[in-house]
Amino acid sequence: MQNDQLLPHLYRTEYRKIIAVLARRFGFEHIQIAEDIASDTFLLASETWTSDKVPANPAAWLYTVAKNKARDYLKHNAIFKEKVSGPVIAASSVTGEADIDLSEENIKDSQLQMMFAICQPVIAPEAQIGLALRILCGFGIDEIADAFLSNKETINKRLFRAKEKLREQNIKIAFPQNKEINQRLETVLLTLYLLFNEGYYSVSSNTNLRKELCLEAMRLNYLLLENKTTDLPIVNALFSLMCFHASRFDARIDKDGEMIIYDEQDTSLWNDELISRGTNYLIRASRGDQLTRYHLEAAIAYWHTQKQDSAEKWESILQLYNKLLILEYSPMAALNRTYALAKANGKEKAITEAEKLTQLTGSHLYHTLLGYLYTAIDNEKALQHLHQALKLAKTTTEKNRIRKNMKALN
Amino acid sequence: MNDFLLIFRRDAGFDAQLTPAQLQAISKPWQDWMGGLAAQNKLADSGNRLAVEGKVVKPGNVITNGPYVEIKEAIGGYIVVRAASLDEAAELSKGCPILTTGGNVEVRQIVPMQP
Repeated sequence: MQNDQLLPHLYRTEYRKIIAVLARRFGFEHIQIAEDIASDTFLLASETWTSDKVPANPAAWLYTVAKNKARDYLKHNAIFKEKVSGPVIAASSVTGEADIDLSEENIKDSQLQMMFAICQPVIAPEAQIGLALRILCGFGIDEIADAFLSNKETINKRLFRAKEKLREQNIKIAFPQNKEINQRLETVLLTLYLLFNEGYYSVSSNTNLRKELCLEAMRLNYLLLENKTTDLPIVNALFSLMCFHASRFDARIDKDGEMIIYDEQDTSLWNDELISRGTNYLIRASRGDQLTRYHLEAAIAYWHTQKQDSAEKWESILQLYNKLLILEYSPMAALNRTYALAKANGKEKAITEAEKLTQLTGSHLYHTLLGYLYTAIDNEKALQHLHQALKLAKTTTEKNRIRKNMKALN
Repeated sequence: MNDFLLIFRRDAGFDAQLTPAQLQAISKPWQDWMGGLAAQNKLADSGNRLAVEGKVVKPGNVITNGPYVEIKEAIGGYIVVRAASLDEAAELSKGCPILTTGGNVEVRQIVPMQP
């Protein structure tokens, strides 16, 4: 690896490990110190590593420096406590040569526990995703800002407030108790699901960054699968869903970074290995009798990996969307169900159902869908809906796609 | 928006006569109808089906088997929908598959208990 790429690469892979281990050791209330030590460690590396002087084992170098800095902090802190609060309290707190364990196993445990610590309903989902990207994935503030189409200042504020809130709630970096694991896991999975979607559906034009968000969500999900306690059907279902979606990474974006819709994708670019992995995890998800939205979404995604259009395919997708909506309403599911209905039972039927979705008339996607449904049935109406969609669309990519549909009508 | 209970009534013998394959065939229009309500975000509770067997308890320790000795129609199931008015709730019920097999839908607004 080139030297100028080495440090950014290590930052991405090692920063998060150091911070998880240190924060777990110090407690969440001192996470800022863990972050400072991790940042200082990388700063020192950038200052002392020159092109002809890079340590033989760079990761080990970083660990040693971080460990020493952490020990210094603990020692200093113990002396400070002794002087300020007297020996009684100092004796009860951890002192001096306490071990900072940067073994692979402890890193994994720490990251897993950190995941549970960050994913808390007391902070908003976008703050959870931001914290996850910063602390669990080692993303820079500018990258997070880019992913959220925001600026550094806003993201910094958001993360700061989220950490304050978690501190107020006295959040511990620990594995949840057995009896609360299902409930806690739900929050964690939702964050990973949203993190993946942020990458998969984001309007950010940085396609590399978007792909990385997806891969990070998968890595964190896999961390849960590697642990016996959290290797549960629902966790497998979400991982299966991500594998199926990820299988279309290369087919859904063209060379200019524009989205290619499902119907127009080159299916030879679909990744067979990810599809078969997705299928395996879906089978593993079918143990037990739990049927969650992730199960249903994974099953829908499974059918989408079938290249051959068939009545069975679209009828299955329709029924899965029915089940998904009955379980939990979402605007996207309502629109996709209507599309599946058109594929399975014809456009006329779908139009009748689409006209009932009056709650979605403010969405450009709704009008794009009606534009598609009316095409070849009533082109005049199709055009009206596409005009409406164009008015409501926000991004250039969306507008271009709608214009393309309009051109096809003329 | 208020919640309305939709009560499905049909000939009690109807379900009992069905083969598993027929039951399967019946479930599709129900899933389609309820999926349609859910797509409009108007399904408040997906409700339940009720077993054919039942007992009716009357004053004086009298217990009879099922309500259908005296009435032909029995409750087969229920769901809860969200609607702006009783009229809208009734309108939503028009697509219910029970209507195609001789049953009917009773629509009643749910009035929350005052604490």
